[in-house]
Amino acid sequence: MTAAASPPPARFRLSAEDKPIVVAAGFILVILAVGTFYTLATQGAATLLSPTYLLQQLQVGAFLGIVAAGMMLVILLGHIDLSVPWTLAAAAMMATAVGGGAAIPVALGIGLVVGVVNGFGVAYLRIPSMIFTLGVNAVLRGLMVAHTGGFAPQTKATELMQWLAVGKILGVPVALLVWALVSVLVVLMLNRSALGKSIYAIGNKEAAAYLSGVPTRRVFILAFGLCGMCAGLAGALLAGYSTKAYQGMGDAYLLPAIAAVVIGGTNILGGRGRYLGTLVGVILIVLLNSVLSIMQMPEAGRQVIYGLVIIGMLLVYGRGARVTS
Amino acid sequence: MSDLAIRLRRNGGFLAAIGLFAAFYLFYHANHPRGFSVPVLIQNVNEAFTLAMVAMAQTLPVLTGGLDLSVGAVMTLVNCLASEVLTGGPLELAFGILLCLLTGALCGFVNGCVVVFGRIQPIIATLATGAIYMGLALFIRPSPGGKVDGDLSWAATNDLYEIAATYGFAEGGDAAWFQPIAWIPTPLILLILVPLLFWLPFARSVTGRTVYAIGSGEGAAWMSGLAIGRARIAAFTLGGFFAGMGGLYLALQTSSGNADIPQAGAYTLNSIAAVVVGGVSLLGGVGTAVGALFGALVLRTISFNFRIFEIDPLLQPLIEGVVLLAAVSLGAVRVLRVKNTLELFR
Amino acid sequence: MTEVNEAGGAPHVSLRGVTKRYGGVTALEGVDFSCRLGSIHAVLGENGAGKSTLIKIMSGVVRPDEGEMRIAGAPVEFRHPAEANRAGIVCIFQELSLLPDLTVADNISIADPPRRFGLIDSRAQRRRAEALLARIGCEDVNPLLRVRDLPLSRRQMVEIAKALAKDPKVLILDEATSALTAADVERVFGVLRRLKAEGVSILTISHRMHEIEAVADMCSVFRNGRHVETFAQGARSAGQIVEMMIGREISAQFPPKPAPTPKPPVMETKGLSWEGRLNGIDLHVGKGEIVGLGGLDGQGQKELLLALFGVLKGVSGEVKVSGKPVRVRSPLEAKRAGIDMALIPEDRKTEGLLLPMSIADNLLVASLDRLSKGPFIDAKAAAAAVEDGIRRLRIKIGDAGDPVATLSGGNQQKVVIAKWLMTGPKTILLNDPTRGIDVGTKQEIYRLLRELADAGAAILFYSTDYEELIGCCDRVAVMYDGRVRAELEGDEITERNIVASALAMDAREAAE
Repeated sequence: MTAAASPPPARFRLSAEDKPIVVAAGFILVILAVGTFYTLATQGAATLLSPTYLLQQLQVGAFLGIVAAGMMLVILLGHIDLSVPWTLAAAAMMATAVGGGAAIPVALGIGLVVGVVNGFGVAYLRIPSMIFTLGVNAVLRGLMVAHTGGFAPQTKATELMQWLAVGKILGVPVALLVWALVSVLVVLMLNRSALGKSIYAIGNKEAAAYLSGVPTRRVFILAFGLCGMCAGLAGALLAGYSTKAYQGMGDAYLLPAIAAVVIGGTNILGGRGRYLGTLVGVILIVLLNSVLSIMQMPEAGRQVIYGLVIIGMLLVYGRGARVTS
Repeated sequence: MSDLAIRLRRNGGFLAAIGLFAAFYLFYHANHPRGFSVPVLIQNVNEAFTLAMVAMAQTLPVLTGGLDLSVGAVMTLVNCLASEVLTGGPLELAFGILLCLLTGALCGFVNGCVVVFGRIQPIIATLATGAIYMGLALFIRPSPGGKVDGDLSWAATNDLYEIAATYGFAEGGDAAWFQPIAWIPTPLILLILVPLLFWLPFARSVTGRTVYAIGSGEGAAWMSGLAIGRARIAAFTLGGFFAGMGGLYLALQTSSGNADIPQAGAYTLNSIAAVVVGGVSLLGGVGTAVGALFGALVLRTISFNFRIFEIDPLLQPLIEGVVLLAAVSLGAVRVLRVKNTLELFR
Repeated sequence: MTEVNEAGGAPHVSLRGVTKRYGGVTALEGVDFSCRLGSIHAVLGENGAGKSTLIKIMSGVVRPDEGEMRIAGAPVEFRHPAEANRAGIVCIFQELSLLPDLTVADNISIADPPRRFGLIDSRAQRRRAEALLARIGCEDVNPLLRVRDLPLSRRQMVEIAKALAKDPKVLILDEATSALTAADVERVFGVLRRLKAEGVSILTISHRMHEIEAVADMCSVFRNGRHVETFAQGARSAGQIVEMMIGREISAQFPPKPAPTPKPPVMETKGLSWEGRLNGIDLHVGKGEIVGLGGLDGQGQKELLLALFGVLKGVSGEVKVSGKPVRVRSPLEAKRAGIDMALIPEDRKTEGLLLPMSIADNLLVASLDRLSKGPFIDAKAAAAAVEDGIRRLRIKIGDAGDPVATLSGGNQQKVVIAKWLMTGPKTILLNDPTRGIDVGTKQEIYRLLRELADAGAAILFYSTDYEELIGCCDRVAVMYDGRVRAELEGDEITERNIVASALAMDAREAAE
């Protein structure tokens, strides 16, 4: 085969897909360097670079990572799932309430059902996901408040949930392994399955995918369903981590998950982005948070830095096309 | 078709919001144990005012086809700022108010610039700027509190009589000519004045028209030679101004500032809901800020009703959620009307 | 080239040596053209002759690659339609430029609304809209209505009113009458005559010969991006004009057609109707037969293909596949076994391809279900299918992992076709598959179509290029106003017959 159609590039250039990942990975190194410099100067030790510390940070990052993995599927479709906070909380609350061996299946099941409802609203009713998932979030919150009485439920997370969240195998946190498993499944799904290819196709041009006979509605339902399941799984783990479920436990995961996906180079309008990028985006946010806490940066500074990082990254590679006609 | 019929049809969503509000609110007063009373009205307007402003703020970006996730943060930032600067003599107070409003507008202006010159999707751009504004709010006020001029706060959140009594005009509010209007709640007047003075002129300006044109069809707007970038920035700026107005009022109402992240998030999400209930299309080009204002009132009135019916507070969020979901699901009617499936994808 | 100078005054707008290329396709080549104040000038030509590009250049939508334009002798360069408007050139485009969510009055005054105290004066704006609408006999359109709520023909009238609001010195109509009723056309002509008397220069593109005869003073014929001739209306017969439009230098080579034999129908329609755009279509396509759909743009050809493919809702009438009545409700159902349809859509960039995705992904997107084993795609089978598709259509690529956007237009179209051939279709619907494609690739596509037909496929082929219909098709159905106006077979398939049917002229008239 000849390369007649596309002349070989004159010099090495990053593809549009890789650039965000490389830039974000580079930024992670900058964060680590700055953090290490700081700890060396103040404590005289490179705390940040110790494997124990990094593993501990990644263990906490696993919850965000799992949520972001699901969110990415929906964003690739060109949609968004704002129901994640209460899907996560509802799954956690019901899992602790049911308890026993059924706890985790219940958490996943709740996530799936919520996701399917979201997918139905978007695919069949064609209501913008932004507003439909917002409504579903409100309903879930209502259901949970009615169920729990507005307090943190007294029920405890099961042993299994706690082990998954804080246990260790050979020194490696189990949560990290769960995240890794989810990641492998998502990568396989995105790259090797008809569903994954269909998600990219719809996100790129829904009309073209539809005209190619892609079962677009089924794909919507599945993608939202998987996103819900990820949120449910994260809920079960988070409840295990804190030994119980509590009100608003998912609130802190929505915007960071979206940010991680977007920083990783996934187009917010859908169709483009690699899972590796989302992984890098999550690690970036997690490490940024930990370095800022090592520096004892007040919440105020964190928020500002957080916002500046997102804008800065997007200015480097996320700019859209200029509108002409 | 008569002009009236056309106007009614064109403003269907808006009128539905007004109708819904009127029905809920009349129902509320009809069932209120003490019937209609001015103190209840004052309390209602006070509770609804900030959300109404934030909903108006959300309307402008939505009209261009974007979404502003920073309205809650801008509101909070101005709220915290107000809790610092609303003290001292009349001149200082006036300056403080001006500073608060300008800060809101500036935040919106920055949003607009990031979107237009940075060419970043509004939803992501404002997610990021929202974090920055939240951070600034936390700088100003790391913990809830602050001080707001008591007279101003009292006067702004009560009726006209109290303004007169506080600042000593119209014989301290007792003048005979003043009586017919003395009962009117100040926030109600503000609620009418703000859209009248700021929204209506904007909507009728060429820039405002351009905002609608962008949301309706950016390509056709470009073909017509409209100044698209400028109008977008103007829309975000005015949005920021309204959000600032909301934050300022919240400070007067609570006499304090609070950089509460969950609260800011809740205001942002509620503003989106209010906008949709108020008949503004999330696709852009359709709806008015006044509609969104009524959307906010609808959302608030639902909670008022919970109060008097002594609905189990634990069921209230559920009912609110179901009403919201049902309201947005009405948009599905469009699917039935489209005859060419390809049109659904645009 | 002859310049006849009998109607109107001095040349107002003149183009000299204007050339415009889109990618590898030359849309206009070295065109000299001028129009005069106080005249109505008709521009004629086949689809793709360069008329649309000509007016896009004149109205500032695109910039020419070479050549210059002068207005009243002074050279001008437009970077934006608004600049052309300011110079007095106003164009009414085929694709509507109206904002659907704004009212009629808003739209008419969008560029320069009447103001009072700096704000838009909605009452003055309304009066202005009413006056302009009255001028074109559209008093029935209430200016308060949203454009979205108007039927297509009324929107077109609003578009005309909007153009008049700009007080044009040069008014360009790009098939502005094609969506109008006969009565509206008369009213518009009345306005054009009045404008002409006021000294406005009017340029109109129309495919309706009788309309041109009714209003035009001058005619210019374009062909293949070149200006063929300009003459006073009436100086040439209808037959001569048709001849000028179809005369051609390069001729594509077509594969030989088999002798016509009766073929069992694979696909039949009876009384197919939809929303006033399809008005009772009876058509059949036999096994191994290539049936062409001819006629001017927008006579229902695209809608027919979409209706067959399950994209349109509310279609009435009957469709039979291999003798069995079927109801196809989506493309997903259309490609299922038993129906086995494929559609090569109109716009390969928005409907055919996923431009940022790889060539391989694009080739596989219609066959994902076939190539999956359990949840996963059978990588070996997929790679084989991709290689097979690339080889079969001789798609020139660097690597199957490259984005499909990096391919040339011709190769992109091959990807679309290969994608569908992988599904093993028995009926293939094509919507103008060779538009904007180089001659070499075109010939490959013709050959492929014939091979597919010989292998037993039924092919329904809409083309805006008449030569293609003549060279490729066993039968041509010429459509007009949502109906099949004529079916031509064998020797009847001539350019003259197609053009005559497409323009809804009698064959006799064209033969004059």
